[in-house]
Amino acid sequence: MTNSFMLDVRNLNKSFGEVYAVKNLNFQIPKGEILGFLGPNGAGKTTTMRIITCYIPATSGTVRVDGLDTVNDSLEVRRRIGYLAENNPLYSDMTVGEYLTFVGEIRNLSGEKLRSRVDEMFTVCSLTGMENRQIAHLSKGYRQRVGLAQAMMHNPDLLILDEPTSGLDPNQIIEIRQLIRQIGAQKTVIYCSHILSEVSATCNRIMIINNGQIVGSGTAEELTANSARGNRYVVRVKADPTVVKNALGTVPGITQVATKPAGDWIIAEAFVDGAEDLGEAIFRCAVSNGWSLAELKHETASLEDVFIQLTRG
Amino acid sequence: MQKTIAIFKKEFKSYFISPIAYVFITVFLAVSSYLFFHVFFLNNQADMRGFFDPLPIIFLFFIPAIAMRSWAEERKVRTLELLLTWPVSDLEVVSGKFLASFCFIAVAILLTVTIPVSILLIGGKPDLGPIITGYIGTLLMGGAYLAIGMWISSYTENQIIAFLLGVVACFFFYMIGSPFIVMFAAPLVATLFTYLGLGNHFDSIQRGVIDSRDIVYYFSIIGFFLFMNIQSLAGRKWE
Repeated sequence: MTNSFMLDVRNLNKSFGEVYAVKNLNFQIPKGEILGFLGPNGAGKTTTMRIITCYIPATSGTVRVDGLDTVNDSLEVRRRIGYLAENNPLYSDMTVGEYLTFVGEIRNLSGEKLRSRVDEMFTVCSLTGMENRQIAHLSKGYRQRVGLAQAMMHNPDLLILDEPTSGLDPNQIIEIRQLIRQIGAQKTVIYCSHILSEVSATCNRIMIINNGQIVGSGTAEELTANSARGNRYVVRVKADPTVVKNALGTVPGITQVATKPAGDWIIAEAFVDGAEDLGEAIFRCAVSNGWSLAELKHETASLEDVFIQLTRG
Repeated sequence: MQKTIAIFKKEFKSYFISPIAYVFITVFLAVSSYLFFHVFFLNNQADMRGFFDPLPIIFLFFIPAIAMRSWAEERKVRTLELLLTWPVSDLEVVSGKFLASFCFIAVAILLTVTIPVSILLIGGKPDLGPIITGYIGTLLMGGAYLAIGMWISSYTENQIIAFLLGVVACFFFYMIGSPFIVMFAAPLVATLFTYLGLGNHFDSIQRGVIDSRDIVYYFSIIGFFLFMNIQSLAGRKWE
């Protein structure tokens, strides 16, 4: 089974002195998946990526890329990975054309193959016409595209993007997202970000990491549905808060009720466990107690709620 | 091999994109020519001793200035993360970088052939043997200084620190072989110091004697420090 995983991370630890950046991390990515790797700044995302790309060694644990060990088969692993590192470092004294040609040579391309691949990257990353511009003089958006072109030059099996859209304007972000989704149709992609909307729009699966540990994993829907404080009914009624609290608490399926005043009205939030529709039961409860009912709606947690909940404790 | 060449080309070119190359070559030619000509006419001898003799000292400052940026800059602007996550072995990276800097230094050294040419033009009849071996010795000594300086550069992201420590390290290897130090050392250590001293081997080569021991010495120093350089990359725990 291990062969069907593009990436297999087991018991991964990384410590810098006393501080653990990554603690006992375990996860697998099947081929062809786009994994969103979420976490607040300093959660261990970049450290994990650096271990996978063979830049720094792990303290303990194993990482396998396409079945190959990152320590024993480092060069083979690096051949399979395309990496856009955090903050997109580039050799800024080179021109875009020189740089991409250099990257191609490093990736073992030569002659006609090299030239056509470089041309292709110019088209794919919308860099046409920038061949002779020095990288130091490019805008941030163009620098980012050069970084992406670098990462995709050899058509890698595993593409690792650490904050690929930082510094881009909304139009460029949409372009990059589309590009990543196209690539993700055939290749495996890890997409690191702390921008939630981006990840939920692009990725098949989301993994949330905090303090070096995985705190949540699944599709955006699964994550929000599993969130303890996510699934709730919001009711706006005119009644005594304690009465409302007690009455709603007796409705089967409701686990917890919180109330807060809103002018003459009070807003009650009734948290539920299951997926059953409690709208009618809540309505009947309001009617039988004679409350004036102004609003009744079902809300699920947003990814932001889940993220905040999981990464704040 | 293709990758070593790719890195070599890129690194070599980068010297000439920035003003570094032109400033370096100009200053190096000015200093070495001045030091040569100001004794040449006094000695009234058609040889290049006046050029080669101060070179071990001149190189103490000029070679670390070339070596300092090789790793320190990559670390500073974080391109090292690119370079080391590409499928290139540490040996390919180190040798590509070393060869590029070495060739750049060789260009600067070869531009000083104006000196022997001037000697010939003003009617001197120098013995060409010591001049040719002197140039060979200069290249070897430059390579040794460069390997030391590059190794130092791999430990810091600050180019100034890389430069100063490079000067110190090169000076150490130059100094331990000097008569002043050897005089005070215990006999066994004195032999070792004399052998390790960067300057001693250069003296015998520039006198016109190509001894295989001197060649072996320089290649060992270069090989050893390139090896240390690879080790320091392999043990990267600095992030």
